[in-house]
Amino acid sequence: MATSTLPKGESLKPQPVEAPTMADWTQPRAMAIPKEGYFQLQNGRYGAVYPRTPACHGFTIIAKIKPGREETIRAYGKTIENAIDDLPDALATLKLHYLRWVLFDIGKDTYFMYQGIFDTDFDKYTEDAVALFKSLGVNTVFENLEGFPEDWKTNAAAFVKFVREHQCPSFLEYGEYPYVTADEIKKALKLKAAFSNMLDLMQ
Amino acid sequence: MGTIEQPPGIPGVLIEPTDGRSSLEFDDIQHFLMSRPPARAARYEFLTFSSGSGGRAWLSGLIDKVGTAKAVGANVSAARWVTVGFTWNGLRALGLSDASLATFPEEFRQGMAARADILGITGTNDPNHWVGGLANANLHAIVILFARDVAERERCREEHKKHLKECAGVELLSTLDLEAIPPFDYAHEHFGYRDRLSQPVIEGTGVEPTPGSGPALKAGEFFLGYPDEEGPPASLPQPQALSRNGSYVAYLRMEEHVGAFRDFLQQHGKTPEEQEWVAAKLMGRWRSGAPLVLTPEKDDPELGADYSRNNDFNFATMDPHGYGCPLGSHIRRMNPRDTAANMNRRKMIRRGGTYGPELPEGAPDDGVERGIAAFVGCASLVRQFEFAMNVWANDPNFHELGNERDPIFGTQDGSYDLTIPKRPIRKKIRGIPAFTTIRGGAYFFLPGIKALHYLVNEGKGG
Repeated sequence: MATSTLPKGESLKPQPVEAPTMADWTQPRAMAIPKEGYFQLQNGRYGAVYPRTPACHGFTIIAKIKPGREETIRAYGKTIENAIDDLPDALATLKLHYLRWVLFDIGKDTYFMYQGIFDTDFDKYTEDAVALFKSLGVNTVFENLEGFPEDWKTNAAAFVKFVREHQCPSFLEYGEYPYVTADEIKKALKLKAAFSNMLDLMQ
Repeated sequence: MGTIEQPPGIPGVLIEPTDGRSSLEFDDIQHFLMSRPPARAARYEFLTFSSGSGGRAWLSGLIDKVGTAKAVGANVSAARWVTVGFTWNGLRALGLSDASLATFPEEFRQGMAARADILGITGTNDPNHWVGGLANANLHAIVILFARDVAERERCREEHKKHLKECAGVELLSTLDLEAIPPFDYAHEHFGYRDRLSQPVIEGTGVEPTPGSGPALKAGEFFLGYPDEEGPPASLPQPQALSRNGSYVAYLRMEEHVGAFRDFLQQHGKTPEEQEWVAAKLMGRWRSGAPLVLTPEKDDPELGADYSRNNDFNFATMDPHGYGCPLGSHIRRMNPRDTAANMNRRKMIRRGGTYGPELPEGAPDDGVERGIAAFVGCASLVRQFEFAMNVWANDPNFHELGNERDPIFGTQDGSYDLTIPKRPIRKKIRGIPAFTTIRGGAYFFLPGIKALHYLVNEGKGG
């Protein structure tokens, strides 16, 4: 469709190749980040805006778990695995690249680390996550963490506050293919698959 | 947003259901977000209270004039419709207790001017440049008057002037007069786009959504105290006598640079047809209102005016790559339909109209300020209005676009682009100029009628 949306007199010449920009994926990039997690304070809807880095947006949330909850938390791993097997798009709205969940001990206490790499901004990710957990009818693993607001289902602002209070900003992030979103990567892989199909058909 | 005038026969005029099934308190909710009366003129008056008792006396004398959803829905012969709202500072000035004031959400307490950078209201849009005293902490209240015609507006202006004279300690900060611009037979704004094509409908109001507009939404998305799309109401300002049936509105006075807009069209389109094509790609609809998803190649004014068809489309399956409606166009950003998550939690009700004289086609820009002065109504400013501004209008990476903002409504400084998907190769317009400038804004709470009485009585003991 729409092949004739071209206005009359419009040249069909390809546009010039774009100059490399900050978002040029061919140039690996590293970014050292100040202690605060941002360069200049810029406010977002729920607090400071964390910059998009060569490794995209992300979370590193570290919080102490409630005593005796380690096995409950580990069981969430299987719960999420099964949920994604059943419904591969379940987390699509979060625009994730990767999630890494880790449990580790410091002294007698056990801590949970939730690392996520994603393409939406911090506040939107958190809001979407709250909505997602509620719509799936699942409780969140966060309920096993100390200080997590019990009314999180009706109080998105409290959820966001907890996440922000437990966020440990990176001081270095690196991207071998910087600033590329998960959607762009999927598009490129689809394109590659389409080309190899095309080449097969031409044999 | 758009003209004030409401042509007859357009869906959206409130008819209170008579079967008694609706739980909405029509006699307590201000009509403003419920119905759209047939007004061709309007006046906004921005007020400050130097005395709490003066403010309460002023409000006390005004309450009977405020149109409820019930009264406005029933009275088709009315000539004027009054709405009243308060900033957080205004509630404080009226004498509301600190305990109650503290229960309002953070974003409302801070006010729009303090959150301008979050909204992307920066550069020439910055509150330092605002007019009418709207960035000041002493902005306390707004009276919104919609009138059937200019004569009726002028009558009401005089009447309110008299009332103000009788209430010591209440002063006008500024005012804005609005009038519909010709042609009067359909709603449109200064750039010439047909307006009011996509508005959410509230469950229990008796209004039927137009095809493609999705199901009616729970009242709690717009009025405090009712279940919303996620369940029972939570975290309401206290006491309930104050919050119930209230709504928040974000006010924006947005100047439209009609000369710059027309120059841009001429620069990017050699013929009138090409210029219309560029205008359509910026908006996502032809100026007639016909959606590009349904008619990508040529305008169809009949479709644009047909409410049974002009909103009946989606993006994900009907135009996934944006060959019709560009991914970064205005309507695709402000209502991504089936290409965004939790849409039912992001809907807003728009009200308002055009101000300033029309700039006749072909006339050079006269430098007179003209634009849209509009309200966005919702139950949560941070979740609905601020999200739309922050993520949809101004996130350069919306839909992976990389370096774009809403070409009409976003904060533009000539450094962002617009990509127009097209076969065989896309067209990219670089350096989109600012077609609009925010000249003022504020967050107001529109209380229910009982809550207005509560405000009159509350401060008396204090």
